[in-house]
Formats: sequence, C-alpha cells, structure tokens
Amino acid sequence: MRRLADLYERLDQTTSTNAKVDALTRYFQEAPPEDAAWALYFLTGQKLKRLLTTKLLVGWTQELTHIPDWLFAEVYASVGDLAEVISLLLDNLERPSTPEELPLSQWLTERLLPLRVLDATAQRERVVSWWRSMPRREVFLLNKMLTGELRVGVSSTLVVRALAKVAGLPAPDVAHRLMGTWTPSKEFFQQLVSPEVSDAEHSRPYPFYLASPLEQPPEALGDLSEWLVEWKWDGIRGQLLHRKGDVYLWSRGEELITDRFPEITEAAKALPEGVVLDGEVLAYEDGQPLPFARLQRRIGRQKLTPKVLAEAPAAFIAYDLLEQDGQDLRALPLRERRERLAALLKHHPTFPLSPAVEASSWEALAHTRSEARERNVEGFMLKRLSSPYLTGRKRGDWWKWKIDPFTVDAVLLYAHPGHGRRSSLYTDYTFAVWNGTDLLPVTKAYSGLTDEEISRLDRWIRAHTREKFGPVRSVEPEQVFELHFEGIQKSPRHKSGVALRFPRIARWRTDKKPQDADSLDSLKELLHAGA
Amino acid sequence: MDASVSFQARRPLITVTPHGLYCEPGGFHIDPWHPVERALITHAHGDHARSGHQRYLGTRAGEGLLRRRVGADSHIDSLEYGEPLKLNDVTVSFHPAGHVLGSAQLRVEHRGEVWVISGDYKRAADPTCAPFEVVRCHTFITEATFGLPIFRWDDTREVAEDILRWWDANRAVGRAAVLFCYALGKAQRVLAELARLTDRPAFVHGAMQSLVEVYRDAGVKMIPTHLVSEVAKGTSFAGALVLAPPSAGGSTWMRRFGEAETGFASGWMRVRGNRRRRGFDRGFVLSDHADWPDLLRTVADTGAERVLTTHGSAEPLARYLREQGVDASPLATQFEGEAED
Ligand SMILES: [Zn+2]
Ligand SMILES: [Zn+2]
Repeated sequence: MRRLADLYERLDQTTSTNAKVDALTRYFQEAPPEDAAWALYFLTGQKLKRLLTTKLLVGWTQELTHIPDWLFAEVYASVGDLAEVISLLLDNLERPSTPEELPLSQWLTERLLPLRVLDATAQRERVVSWWRSMPRREVFLLNKMLTGELRVGVSSTLVVRALAKVAGLPAPDVAHRLMGTWTPSKEFFQQLVSPEVSDAEHSRPYPFYLASPLEQPPEALGDLSEWLVEWKWDGIRGQLLHRKGDVYLWSRGEELITDRFPEITEAAKALPEGVVLDGEVLAYEDGQPLPFARLQRRIGRQKLTPKVLAEAPAAFIAYDLLEQDGQDLRALPLRERRERLAALLKHHPTFPLSPAVEASSWEALAHTRSEARERNVEGFMLKRLSSPYLTGRKRGDWWKWKIDPFTVDAVLLYAHPGHGRRSSLYTDYTFAVWNGTDLLPVTKAYSGLTDEEISRLDRWIRAHTREKFGPVRSVEPEQVFELHFEGIQKSPRHKSGVALRFPRIARWRTDKKPQDADSLDSLKELLHAGA
Repeated sequence: MDASVSFQARRPLITVTPHGLYCEPGGFHIDPWHPVERALITHAHGDHARSGHQRYLGTRAGEGLLRRRVGADSHIDSLEYGEPLKLNDVTVSFHPAGHVLGSAQLRVEHRGEVWVISGDYKRAADPTCAPFEVVRCHTFITEATFGLPIFRWDDTREVAEDILRWWDANRAVGRAAVLFCYALGKAQRVLAELARLTDRPAFVHGAMQSLVEVYRDAGVKMIPTHLVSEVAKGTSFAGALVLAPPSAGGSTWMRRFGEAETGFASGWMRVRGNRRRRGFDRGFVLSDHADWPDLLRTVADTGAERVLTTHGSAEPLARYLREQGVDASPLATQFEGEAED
C-alpha cells in the first residue's frame, strides 16, 4: 500500500507527462506483479463495487472524533471529497511510529474484498483498526477503495507508455493486450509485460482509431482524391472478430456485446477465420439505417425477445479490415485495406460495406452533407487513403465532419427541478467535463429528452443523490449525455472559463462511461478554432 | 479569573460599529477598516492595518512594518509588549500573538473587566516573532480563520524539510522551484526555517525584499536572498528557489523561470482540492494562524467566560464552543485571515 501511496503522490504532484510516465515506469518495474496488476486495475479507471456504504464510514468517523452531524456536513462542504474529509479528521488518532505494511494485492484479496460478506459490526472493527494503523495518505487511499471511488489522475495513454517501456514492446501491442476484460492477477500482469504472445489474446480487439472533429475548412485537407469519404453512421462503433472458431463483438467502450446482437454474431461465423472488422452496429432495415433511438430502445432491454429483435433489427456496417488470415493489416494503407474488405464482403452480403460518398469537389461534398439528417447520419467521415490504422485519437488522418457544428459528451453533475407542470420532476441539469481528474461544470441544459427519458432520469437522480442544496441535488457522476451547442466563447464569469451557446441535450449516452466524457481542453480547442 | 463577577448585564466594552471594533469608554477603534481618529493596531497585515487614520498605536516590534503599510508620515505611537497605557479610564497593553513580526493581542481593561482581542495568532513556534502569550480575560475575541476540525498542522520543521527536499529534487534536474507565499510573514518564516537546514541563497520577488530587510534589521536569521529583478537578463534560474507572492503566479513575470515547478505554502494546502484548483504542483501546509486544536486550547487557556469569533469559520467555531458549554457567538467583521490569493 505504501508503494501505491508513493505513486499516487508522485502523479498528483506533477503536471509534467514525462514525470508521470517515469513514476509509472518505476512503479511497474519495482512492484511485485500481483500488486502491479491491482494498481493497473485502478489506473485504468476500473472500480471495485462499493464495499461499504459511505453512511457507515461517516458514522464511524464521527464516533471516533466526536464530530457532530452539522460540523461534519460543514467540513464536507468545504473539502468536497468524503475519503479526504475522513482521512483529515482521523489525523488526530494516535498512530504507531512504524506503521504496518501489507502489499496491495493482499490488501485487496485478504482484507477489502472479504468485507462484503461481513456484518456491520465486524466491518466496523476491521476498518477502524486499519484507520488506526495507517498514515494519513494511506487512510485516504483506503477510503477511496472502500467507497469505490479511487481514480488516479493519469490518462491511459501514459499508463500504456510506461508499460511498453517496462515490457520493451511497442505501445500499440501493450494497448492491445489491455483491451477487453481482465482480472488483476500476477499471471495477467506477467503476461501483459512478457515479450511472448499467448492464446488468451485471441478474444482481444485492436485499440480503436478515433477521428478528430474537423475544425478547419475541408479544403485545407488538400486534394479530395486523397481521401475516402463515408457517411458518419449514428450507431455503436464496434469490432467484429472471428478467430479460432469464436466470434466476439466489442464496442468502442471495450465492452463485449457479442450476446446483445445475436443476428450479427451468428452471421459472423460464416466469415473466414482470422478476420477482424471495424464497423458500426446500426438498427437497419431494408438496406436503410434507422434512427439511433431505435437501436437504443433495444440496448435498454434486459431480454432480447423475438419482438424486440423484430422492432430493431441490427446490422454491422463494415468500415475497415484490420486482420485477415490472422495477419495484422493495420500498417497497410487504407486504400489497400478497403480493397481487401470489398473483395471479402462480396461473398458475405449480410455485412454491408460502408459506401464511399462520391463527389467532384469539396464544395460539392459540402452540398451533399446537407442531406445527412434525412439519411439518419451525423455527417461525414474523412479518411486519408494512404493512412495506416492508428491507435487512439491521433490527429491528421481521420476527421469527422459533422452536421451539428459542435457536440460535447458531458457528465450529469447537478439536477434542478423544472417549472410549472414539471416542477415535481428534475428536468434541468448541470453538466461537467473533465479538467484533469476533476469534473468541472460547464453548462446547464434542459431541452432534448423525451418525457419518458425525463421520468426515467428523474428516478435515477432520486436514487443516486449525493447531496441536497436546497432544491438542487448533486448526483453520482455516472450518466453521460451528448450535448449539442451552437458556439463557444471565453467567459471569465464561468469557473470553466468558457460559455456554450444554445446548449441542448442531443441524447442520453447510456453506452458511455463518465471517463469517456470530453475534457475542458478539448472544448477550449474549439475556442481557438474560431467557433 | 473570578467567575462570580458578571459583566454581562452591562453594555459590552467593545462593540462592532460600521468603522470596526470600537471601545467607547477608551475612545479608540481596534484594527478599524474605515478612517478613525485613534486606531490600535494588532499587526501590519492589510485587513488589520489600513491607511488614513489620524493616530496609530501599535507595538514597538511591529512599528517598522506598520509604517511601511500605512505610510511613513503617519502619526504612529508604539508600546513595548506588556507596557500598559491609560486611555481615559481604560488600560490597554499589547501581548505577543506569535503571528508575524510585531504582531500582538490587545488587552483592554475597564473597571476590573478584561477583554482580549487576539488579532491573528498561532501557537506553533516561529523563529521570526515572539511566541504567543496566554492572557487571562473575561471576554476573548478570537480569530477563526481555520476554525474547522480538518485543520491541524504538522510540525513546522518537517514542513521546512519537505520544502528543502522539493528544492533539492528540482535542483537535481536543473529546474527552478517557485514557492508562492504571503510577502509579509510567511516568506520570512520560510527563509528563517530554511536557515536551520541550509545556507544556500534564495531569490525573492520585488514585493518581498524590503520586508525581508525589515526582518533582518530586527535580528531574524534567514538564508541569504537576491532580488529576482536584479539578475542580469538571460541568467538561468535552473536549480534556484524563488519566493513570490501568489499574485505573481501565472503572470508574465513567471516566464523567466522557464520550466519551473510551483508550490504554495499556506494552511489552505491542507485540502487537496485547494491546491489542484489553483494548479500548483506542490502544497506545503504552513500557516501563521492557529489550527483547530490550538483554537480550542487557547479559548480554554484564557479562562474566558465569553468568546466572540471573527474571520473565516467564525460561525462553526462559535457553534461548536456553545455545544461544549462555552458562551460563544460570531462577530461580523471584515477581517479576512489567510485569504486564498
Ligand atoms: Zn494577519
Ligand atoms: Zn486577520
């Protein structure tokens, strides 16, 4: 635990990315693999299910420190982080001069995870004895783990860079091994940084290459003939794998959704083995995409009855061919990958090829773009024909040219009651984006959800309230919404430093996690783009 | 103190008026925030010592700093710590508050009733000023800048060692370490604490240098200092420790240091979010105000039967004391304590 506390402190105390990578590298080299695996679990944003209610932790703290309710509330309001409040208040406890040290993996497997099956008395006895034996910064980390809130302020790119250094492998290989689901164990970590390839890897997708929003006039991209133009389909970006007789469908959020789309995964068995497609899962009927809402209705269902399947039939539109005959094709130019893909899908018409949009000039293309809404697409994807398939959001080769001028994925932070007939419902919301490891409120928005969604969200808000400030509630930062807006301006009056024009809710992104939300920096880039 | 004597029925000896704390029988104000005839000043910080009063009375040890704050041609009289002075039928005296050089609590006695106005104070040892003295009283007006139970200071020496380690780590990679802190008090305390550990010189911002000299004149031992602005253009600050007031952060003044790490020395750095919001790399928890345990201890030590609280957390401190059986209530003043900027 001490080593993790050191790492946490080092990452927390620097804004330099090189220093962060160095600290991570040193940690991964020095920590025993079983501990490193757990640290990695937290570093990649995974969370333990909450082990205890925060109410219990608060109660025990008050008993130990004789702090009345109102004073605890006062302190919490000034600190804003429960794990930190508790560690600061408990600082008055007598502590042993040489605190006991237990490796992180043992903390998890022998102490924390078993807490779940204990009754409150036994839980109290253990937690309090740990509090008494640990230095303040470790109490803080422990509390974060107990409440399932441990987040370390470091991007996955940096974690991958550090692991690649340790393993002596290219970063994309390590990123690939980190995809999908894994359990934090000694074996996992050793395999992660080992130079050898193992069988377990055949279920893993490749890291997705993501397009960046186009901020300059398309003419700046040069000759149109160098580019592949596709519609930007409004569905779930995914990778479809057929390897060694097994089919896997992964979403961009690294979720395995094989079982959610039986019609796609059944059909994929007909594909040759050793094939990986990049594409989009769409609600699709009679050769036409349906609105995203139809697909979303299906995502929300627990059971896939024949009726549900018939209401929103799904298809996988293929963009790209990443693997063929078990060979990684990502380094080939897109032009060649597309040719191979087209040749392959000729024999498999159940998988439509995302068509290329033909136009004689950028100007003509801009004209065609206005049809996007009728086609249930979001705009264009522009892909450089000579580009390899890269990892992450690397700017330069893939652009999204959306119809809506600006969108942002933001996390719901506060809910406010509505007016008039809606005053009994929470209908006005405050949304936040990431600023480092913190969520910073950027805008309020209220229109855009259906009545059904509003009442569903209202129930969720009531069940996930953190705090009440008069009529306003702060909620667990879990729900992601796609907001559309017309412009962005500098605004010293706002804490974020920016103000959005005409923000509205485009949709509830139940398919996204809070860590997928956008950052303040990416919003600010729009400022410079002259938005 | 004789608890059987109750002065509660009388008009309070000191009241809050639009001009500030006022003692009517003595005919003087204490740390007033608007111009008055006669101002008794606890210490030279901006929220306590304002310019424009006709006559000032402060401590001898604090006179130099006070003059610098309110103007050289102001009418300033001084008393030694503990030296009594009669104003009408009120006796006043200043007693060390341990806050900054020359800082004092003010004791006010009128017909057997004693009030103490703490000004700002701390109980932790500080090589730059006289240590806090407990003064028994009936009514104690205490500051409450850090009047919440999360505020609890570590040993100053450990903090100084942390600062030195941070400086050394930056020196090792050829980077400047820019430490933000208040120009009056905190900067000199840091320089004095470091003098126990090293004799390497530090650089200081222009706003600090003259104050550092006042401290040196008062015999406070500090590490050597150079003025940032006196360094020849283009000189590298690699490996240097630079002290600057928080207002210099993010200004063009910072550019000359190249790739520097920043730190902030303040009691507010006890809370992680305060540091992260301000974007400092490091926070050093070092305050010239009393922490929660010392506020409670001091209230008990004075033996006061009534406590009035001022500054930041006046409300919660008073409420907590009331629940402990102390007659306590907050006093609405314009004192700011260790403001966040
Ligand atoms: Zn002060
Ligand atoms: Zn003050």
